[in-house]
Amino acid sequence: MIPRIVSLLFDGFAYGMLLFVLSVGLSVTLGMMNFVNLAHGAFAMVGGYVAITLMNKAGWPFFATLPIAFLAAAAFSVVLERLLYRRLYRATDLDQSLLTIGIVFMSIAVAAYVFGTNQQPVQLPEYLRGRIVLGDFNFGVYRLFLIAAALVITVLMVIGLDYTRFGAQVRACVDNQRMARGLGLNVDNVFMLTFALGSGLAGLGGALAIEPMGLDPNFAFKYLVYMLIVVAVGGLASIRGAFLTAGLLGVIDIFSKYYVPEVGSFILYLVMVGLLIWRPAGLFARR
Amino acid sequence: MSVQTHDAALPASLNPQDVLRRQVRWRVLEIIFWLATLLPFVLTPDYLVLCSQVAIAALFALSLDLLVGYSGLISLGHAVFFGFGAYTAGLIAKHGWGEPITGLAAAAFAAAVLGYLTSFIMVRISHFALIMVTLGLCLLVFELANQLHDITGGDDGLQGVRMWPIFGQYKFDLYGRVAYIYTLVVLFLAFLAVRRIVNSPFGLSLRGMRENQRRMPAIGVPMRSRLQVIYVISATFAGLAGGLLAQTTQFVALDALSFQRSAEVLVMLVLGGAGRLYGGLIGAIIFIVARDQLADMNPQYWYFWLGLLLVIVIIFLPNGILGGLAHLLSRLRSRRA
Repeated sequence: MIPRIVSLLFDGFAYGMLLFVLSVGLSVTLGMMNFVNLAHGAFAMVGGYVAITLMNKAGWPFFATLPIAFLAAAAFSVVLERLLYRRLYRATDLDQSLLTIGIVFMSIAVAAYVFGTNQQPVQLPEYLRGRIVLGDFNFGVYRLFLIAAALVITVLMVIGLDYTRFGAQVRACVDNQRMARGLGLNVDNVFMLTFALGSGLAGLGGALAIEPMGLDPNFAFKYLVYMLIVVAVGGLASIRGAFLTAGLLGVIDIFSKYYVPEVGSFILYLVMVGLLIWRPAGLFARR
Repeated sequence: MSVQTHDAALPASLNPQDVLRRQVRWRVLEIIFWLATLLPFVLTPDYLVLCSQVAIAALFALSLDLLVGYSGLISLGHAVFFGFGAYTAGLIAKHGWGEPITGLAAAAFAAAVLGYLTSFIMVRISHFALIMVTLGLCLLVFELANQLHDITGGDDGLQGVRMWPIFGQYKFDLYGRVAYIYTLVVLFLAFLAVRRIVNSPFGLSLRGMRENQRRMPAIGVPMRSRLQVIYVISATFAGLAGGLLAQTTQFVALDALSFQRSAEVLVMLVLGGAGRLYGGLIGAIIFIVARDQLADMNPQYWYFWLGLLLVIVIIFLPNGILGGLAHLLSRLRSRRA
């Protein structure tokens, strides 16, 4: 009984950490730049497909594909930002959601056209497979790797935002755009870089998610809901909130799928709606 | 006495009663539009089934327009009411009462009750949280219907819906003649009601709230209760549309509750132009016909064209096709003057 609960907790937490990597960028774009970016899942999908192509077609090792996935998603997002997003910074929530839903629809169709609708096969390197056994408990190596990666990213982001010059600029632009502009900051550039960073993290998450979540053209949509939950419940622009919510979400999802599979995602949606009604600004909102 | 002189001093265009009265008046174009809805009987009698799909989608878009276009509320989950109406109408007919008009009324009533219950939540939150809650409710109800396999048929859809003839006389035929007349009449009556609502003082106050959420309460408009009322009305019409779909196709697919349907109806509305009554109708015509044509070629890639359409409309035609046309007309007029 206890080993099972421990291993479910572990799996759930690892799953949650993956969700965190996938969604922390959305927390940045949505929370800081105030842009309802429903295409975040599409950026993650770009990272995933770039990684899988490099691995399966070009024979690259798994780790080498991760930075490329990050860069590809970041570059893709910057192109979209310059071409489309920036025209709508002042538009309504509805226009922003519809534009980005349009991008999601297109990316799903393009992915289906280029890669087919089947799930992509993935072969992780030997040292990431298998399990570590400690007495009654055993832990998947890849899951441990996911948790470690998420922790590193969290630490880097907190340090980056709280202790560096760039972090101070980002916070200044978010807190008071006009003042920041008045002090000579190039707000547009800061936002573009922040946006690229956030989308790059989504791309990285997409590459990491190939094995546990599976990659097919519907990825952009299927996990968007999870990402939105993390951001909405965690509170906008709160890395701490996103981290805790993602961990909790992963655990709830794994437990409910294990113990009450027939209820499906019902519990998850119920919890989300309930939390949002209770605290519309999110659990860990700063304001 | 002083009131009268005051009124007389106002130019006619600023007198509130006059403004409303002028909006209520029927224009020639409107009459032509409604006469044109009868053309399919003559021109494309083979496509009447598709035509009733268009009419149903138009009614659904019209119901959403009350929220999105006229009240400034957002909903990514309007399919909840559509699907609820569809299942209500379908279940009633399946369990032995196939009379269409009472069934339709029941569908609308059920959606209204659901709308009333959820309206308490919706008027208390806004922006991103509202988007998420409407989306969440849509997913929630979808999952619920999927799990209640014994009642709804789950993935397989609700089968065994048998409709009686309308007024005991007109049977739903294979060519969709009766179905199209039926949906068209319901759409037209609903349109009359919606037209009346948005051009009433109540409708004017809704537009006021859309334009300025702070000023309206300040001048004494009970914002929350007004929004609740329009929310229930909108849910009612959405349920009506869903009921029509269930009755005319004699089947309810789980898809009636899906997020895709919520997104599609938003697309129709935005494509045509929100807040213009005819926007949803025009959008539905273009959308359904385009889907029929493009999906015939290659169903898998239909979403690409849909996405492209959305991006183009949002970037280049922020007020939809009707908004673009109106803009063009006013520019032409000012050039001539």
